[in-house]
Amino acid sequence: MSRFDEIREKFLEEAKGRTDSRSIYELRKKYLDRKAGEVNALMKEMRNIPKDEKADFGKNVNLLKDWVLENLSKMEEKAREAELQHRYESEKIDVTIPADKDPRGNLHPITQMKNQMVDIFAGMGFEIYEGTEIENDYYNFTALNTPMDHPARDMQDTFYLSPEYLLRTQTSAGQIHVMEAKKPPIKILSPGKVFRSDDDATHSPMFSQMEGLVVDKGITLCDLQGMLDEFVQQVYGEGTRTRLRPSFFPFTEPSVEVDCSCFACGGKGCKLCKGTGWIEILGAGVVNNKVLENCGIDPNEYSGFAFGIGIERAAMLKYGINNIKLLFESDLRVLEQINDA
Amino acid sequence: MIAPLSWLKEYVEIDCTPQELQDKLFSCGFEVEELHEVGEDISGVVVGLVETCEAIPDTHLHVCTVNCGAHGTFQICCGADNVEAGRKFPAALVGATVYATSRDHTTVEGTMTIKKGKLRGYESQGMLCSGVELGVSEDMYPGAGYNGLLVLPDDAEVGADVKPILGLDDWLFDIAITANRPDCQSIFGIAREVAAVLEKPLKMPALDYTETDVKLDNFNITVDAPQLCPRYIGHYVYDVKTGPSPAWMRRRLALVGMNAISNMVDITNYILTELGQPMHAFDYAYLRGNGINVRTAKDGEKIVTLDEQELTLNSSNLVICDGERPIALAGVMGGLNSEILPTTESVMFESAKFARDNIRRTSRSVGKRTDASARYEKGVDEYATVMAMKRALHLVEELGCGKVSSTHFDVNTGNSVEPREMTVEIDKISGVLGITVPDEDIVRIMNNLDMKPSISEKDGKRMLTLRVPAYRDDMEGYQDVAEEVIRMYGYDKLVPTFLKSAEVTTGGWNPVQRREMRVKEALCGLGAYECMHYSFFSPSDLDLLRYPADAPERNAIRIMNPISEELSLMRTTLTASMIHAVVRNQKNGRLDGRLFEIAKVFVPKALPLTEYPDERDHLVVAFWGKGEDFFTVKGAAETVADTLHVKFAYKAATRSFTHPYQTADVICEGQTVGYIGTLAYDIAEAESMRTNLYLMELDLAALYPLCGNTPAFEPLPKFLDVSRDLALVMDKNITCAQVEDQIRAACKYVREIRLFDVYEGVPIPPTMKSMAFTLTFRAGEEEFTSEDLDRYVAKILKKLDAVLGITLRA
Repeated sequence: MSRFDEIREKFLEEAKGRTDSRSIYELRKKYLDRKAGEVNALMKEMRNIPKDEKADFGKNVNLLKDWVLENLSKMEEKAREAELQHRYESEKIDVTIPADKDPRGNLHPITQMKNQMVDIFAGMGFEIYEGTEIENDYYNFTALNTPMDHPARDMQDTFYLSPEYLLRTQTSAGQIHVMEAKKPPIKILSPGKVFRSDDDATHSPMFSQMEGLVVDKGITLCDLQGMLDEFVQQVYGEGTRTRLRPSFFPFTEPSVEVDCSCFACGGKGCKLCKGTGWIEILGAGVVNNKVLENCGIDPNEYSGFAFGIGIERAAMLKYGINNIKLLFESDLRVLEQINDA
Repeated sequence: MIAPLSWLKEYVEIDCTPQELQDKLFSCGFEVEELHEVGEDISGVVVGLVETCEAIPDTHLHVCTVNCGAHGTFQICCGADNVEAGRKFPAALVGATVYATSRDHTTVEGTMTIKKGKLRGYESQGMLCSGVELGVSEDMYPGAGYNGLLVLPDDAEVGADVKPILGLDDWLFDIAITANRPDCQSIFGIAREVAAVLEKPLKMPALDYTETDVKLDNFNITVDAPQLCPRYIGHYVYDVKTGPSPAWMRRRLALVGMNAISNMVDITNYILTELGQPMHAFDYAYLRGNGINVRTAKDGEKIVTLDEQELTLNSSNLVICDGERPIALAGVMGGLNSEILPTTESVMFESAKFARDNIRRTSRSVGKRTDASARYEKGVDEYATVMAMKRALHLVEELGCGKVSSTHFDVNTGNSVEPREMTVEIDKISGVLGITVPDEDIVRIMNNLDMKPSISEKDGKRMLTLRVPAYRDDMEGYQDVAEEVIRMYGYDKLVPTFLKSAEVTTGGWNPVQRREMRVKEALCGLGAYECMHYSFFSPSDLDLLRYPADAPERNAIRIMNPISEELSLMRTTLTASMIHAVVRNQKNGRLDGRLFEIAKVFVPKALPLTEYPDERDHLVVAFWGKGEDFFTVKGAAETVADTLHVKFAYKAATRSFTHPYQTADVICEGQTVGYIGTLAYDIAEAESMRTNLYLMELDLAALYPLCGNTPAFEPLPKFLDVSRDLALVMDKNITCAQVEDQIRAACKYVREIRLFDVYEGVPIPPTMKSMAFTLTFRAGEEEFTSEDLDRYVAKILKKLDAVLGITLRA
């Protein structure tokens, strides 16, 4: 056995059991250390080797060195893998332990519903106009074709703040401000709080409406229905249809109630729609010529339509909230449930 | 408005089912809110002939053999005292449903199903019924009021269903009438619509009568307030025989929920329901001074109404007077002094039109809402006023309860009750609808509505001319015609289009609305939930927050007619509502949580309001429970500041409702825009709160004009930032802000100052504290050497020592 083979054998013997990088490093030092390493020691013997054997010896030393290096690197690679594996294993976790998450709150259900509606109408080119909650009698009633002795004043029990000022009973009041300030084409959406002196199981003295108004040339009842079809499909789903039926509002003529096909049963009749297949969602109509005239808009040139949606009702229908009062009680158990963003 | 099917059928032939009629009315604008059969709870009750009837010894009971025709013959026990062989009674068969009554046999206690039973050992296979058990009153069917069996006519067919005999197969339509159609506040008015929608002829109620020669001398009717009483018709009736009304009239009144009183009074109530015209009958014998005068009341004038209440009137109330005193509060209620009594021998009938808003105001102010006032408030047309008097006089004759004199008064301010002509362009109708309705359909529809249409050409335009009946004063222009056409033609014939002729417009939120939404989103990101509270609150909320008498928050706008005192003031702060919300949540066991609200507060410029008040957006934030403190809410304030691109400063302050040492003013550009504070413990305790509440209210409206623009990009620094930690010892009263200000003043390279520790206790002297900061320095054009940094720190320490006596902690 050559000297080189002896070293190889000895190396292999000493390598046994060395699986961690520290003991492998010691082995490396023992053989390859510049000063004390056994392989390097052979290099120092070079000068004592006869001239004609020098080349052969040198070649063998280099082969040995490469062999040691290769063995060491294999061992080190294995050790690294083993150590990584070990580290991973030692860090095993129970992934079902509850998350450490930052809590996120929700917008109020009314805000969520309102934002969805605004998004739809904003896409159709509606500007958002928020009027004031306190209005004067002219804008809330008279300009909307509801003079003092009009029976429609009885339809809405009004909170008065002075003989002239009141809490608006309808977001329609905003229509007049807009039409006074702006000439057609007009497309506005007016969401906001409204107030009526009504407080029982199904009525809240404050609730929210969203008023829409379009005034332009050649606007018809068919346009109203076409736009509302688009709206209900976006809010309540693709197949939802609308149905118009006659009603009365002083500021529109003709006036209609708009029902949409029940999104719970698809119109077959269920508990939600009380078996009728239809759900009442809003009031609408062609803007009364007198209202246009009150705002200095010529009804011979322009026409328009308006609609008013009860946001609470829309939200209660969409989310299945059964009591309007729950919307104003700030009960976290309610607010936490509605996340429709 | 309740309309019995049988009554409608008097004026129009109805050959469809009640449900079909309901659908047709619905489609033309009359929603039937409730449709039910009069006898919907009754079933399985037939005409039973009692063939044998024997008393059961020692009881009040009889055992009877009852022949029920094709249903069979049954043994039935009966406790009524009028059971008798040979007579016919309603027999409820086994399985029938009838009303259950209490021991007094008159109070209904739900329904029951008849079962086979045994009474005193005698089998009973059914039940003979009283009127109460079938839901039939004396007014609905003569004899039904007897506290015993209801006796059926001898010619009733044995075994036949009793419902048609007793009128229990009738249907009641409860119809919602929109405010533009006061002419439909009557059976006849609805019958007109039914006739139009079913395309059947309308039969007129009988209006004929014969006047005698009898005439009152020296009697006169005058109207001094023609604005409030545009029409007043009076007619004198004599030889009055007061007594019960006939069964058919009593039955109809009962169906619409009116009690029969006596023939004269019943006639007025009948006409109110049939024609929608309130009428009144005065006992002529009690009228003084030979006349009737309609005028406004004198301030303080008194009247005792039929319900024996004394009312004090004022000059806004309209009264009907005889020659001396008020005898009725116009349109609301008659006076006790001229009430129809059994002894009445002659009457003066009144049929009048009163201004609707005046009746409404009077009715509200005296707190009396009657069937008459309700009709007047909605509006009564003079067409009905004239027709009603004729109908009343006809009924007097038909009932034979008086003689019609020739004393007739008609005070008229000049209004016509004749149809008026109206011409509209047909193309304008299509312009409203968006579809073209064929001319023949328009003509057909208008004919059905009795508007006598004709089509002509004028200047190349097709014109529709209508004769609008006097009761349709809602018909004013082509838009109204368009509505009549489409409601009868069918809304389902519209073809939806999408604004085909409209111009394109831009839309969306405006910048302020967008900012508000971003603040809301940011607060949700902090785990807070948005709330919505009423815009009004209670005066006691101002006391809860202990605002002093002169606090601006006390200058709140009052609602003149609030639902209750608790909801009577417009909010001047959002804090009170939020405290209540937190209290409610704590009561539900939510001992920690985060809420916020953005809403208006209302700041009047003058009270009472003479101009629009300032409506300001405010934000209120409430954090409570575990892990929360002053600084978590302050964190929310910083989030709001970042969202709005503004910088807040904070200064120790006080509020009447917060912890005296845990309250800060929030300051933006020198202006106080709100507060942050811990709710005072005594308030929390009084509200039974179980965990501390930390609050913030900001005036967003004040912040919006201060909002910065989107920040510009700053180029990245050339060199890495370096930091040094300093532990400083100082007097306890020195604030963090003071230290920060001095550090910044001492060195311009300080980029960031972060407090990471506050310590009090050994070895720091008792009056002192230690605060430890990490200072981050950013270099300019040249990189810092460590000597540079040492120099800066030395400069900072020197400044802190000189100004605040602060030393480096040993």
